[in-house]
Amino acid sequence: MSKRKAYYAGKLKRAVHLLFFRRHKKPGVKGWELRRALGSDYPKVLKILDEYLKPLDLQVKTVFEEGVMENPSAEQLDQARFYIALRGELTPKEAKMIGWRIDDLAGLAVTLAYLVSKGGKAPRREVEALLQEKLPGWRASLNIDRYIRYGYLAEDEGEQLYLDWRARAEVDLKALADLLLSAQSRNDSLIKS
Amino acid sequence: MQSGKRLTSIGREKLQQIIELCRSVEERSVDPFTVDVDDIIRVIREYFPLWDKPEDLCLDAEAIHSVASVVRLQSEWVKRRSTSLCADPFLIEEKVRSMGKEDVLNVFLKAWHPIVELEQLSLHSLSEAIEYWKSLRPLKDRWMEFPMPELEVEPATREELISQRILRDKAFAEELESFWGQLKEKVKAGGADGKIGYWNFICAETYEETVHRAFLASFLVTYGYATLEIHPLEGEIYIKPFERQVKPSTGRQLVSIPILISKEEWEKRRRGA
Repeated sequence: MSKRKAYYAGKLKRAVHLLFFRRHKKPGVKGWELRRALGSDYPKVLKILDEYLKPLDLQVKTVFEEGVMENPSAEQLDQARFYIALRGELTPKEAKMIGWRIDDLAGLAVTLAYLVSKGGKAPRREVEALLQEKLPGWRASLNIDRYIRYGYLAEDEGEQLYLDWRARAEVDLKALADLLLSAQSRNDSLIKS
Repeated sequence: MQSGKRLTSIGREKLQQIIELCRSVEERSVDPFTVDVDDIIRVIREYFPLWDKPEDLCLDAEAIHSVASVVRLQSEWVKRRSTSLCADPFLIEEKVRSMGKEDVLNVFLKAWHPIVELEQLSLHSLSEAIEYWKSLRPLKDRWMEFPMPELEVEPATREELISQRILRDKAFAEELESFWGQLKEKVKAGGADGKIGYWNFICAETYEETVHRAFLASFLVTYGYATLEIHPLEGEIYIKPFERQVKPSTGRQLVSIPILISKEEWEKRRRGA
């Protein structure tokens, strides 16, 4: 093995240890932590790791504090949080196997899409009313609490719900809104048939 | 005359309603376009000639400020709508209502990329933990390392308390009485309408003494030896001694007035004096 390859192989291992295993209350690693552990060329190490993970259907995901960024600066990268996430999609059966009930996951989808359409925040009672269309009232409230606990939503004293860190890290919010709008509803398909 | 007063009171109510409406739009994230800004401006303009008192003008300014906040929200709303990330909430609501749970789930799974996180014990971490446990001394041994210090306790003398500045040389009631006398004398000598500027009275050679005088002045007011007169527009506070102690009436609600005695303010007043 060449010296250069050995250098990056060591760094890749270290990056895997840092990114895969949870070290803090929240998963993921801050850019500055990676810089301290891997050196200033940590973006390159992450790029190589991302290539390695591609065939395994995984990816290195970067979530910036300011939202989506095209050309981040070194400071912005340092403040960003890095995760290992699924690259592709889960099937409904697989989703069930990782501990989600179909109702709860559908409720999360509806909640996130609604918040995106409202610019990232909405009153809790509005979201509850929307969920109660398809879920019992007690369940709607319980589910919202669960989404908050998991880090998908945050709630302020004024009972306003916001998108929280996990929603930004795991869900392609724009794609979700677009997919929902372009999805064929039952009524549409009935009319067509 | 009567109708003028009535009109003024209606105007005030309308301004209050406008402020409330704008505030509710801001706080509850209601669609800002539900507010008819033109209509509100018309109302504000209609009642503006009636205002001559400062509080009415303040209310008018607050109403204008609230409307400006709504206009800002409207501008943000338009900006957001014009970006590609935005979808109409009504459309989303309609879609969600008409779609089945499974359909929503299938859509969500296309946009969801859950984080991979593992929690795992390694042999290395286990052996380190065992080493640590072995080296850890029992709790009862560790607590013995911090014996409670034995302190000798004896009553403090009055002289000691005075030297530590906990007590003053005079009894407090006596000091308060003489301070009250000082206030009355100062008002006689340099006051107007039986009162004197609060800062003129409490300001002393040193900052510490000034704070002490402010402390005593607060007791003069609380115990009914004097009262404060506040002129918020001029930013002036006056202290007015009573000839005899006035017991606070039980029916009236007491009000606390915080007055900041900062070193900067003291220096400014000293320079002014």
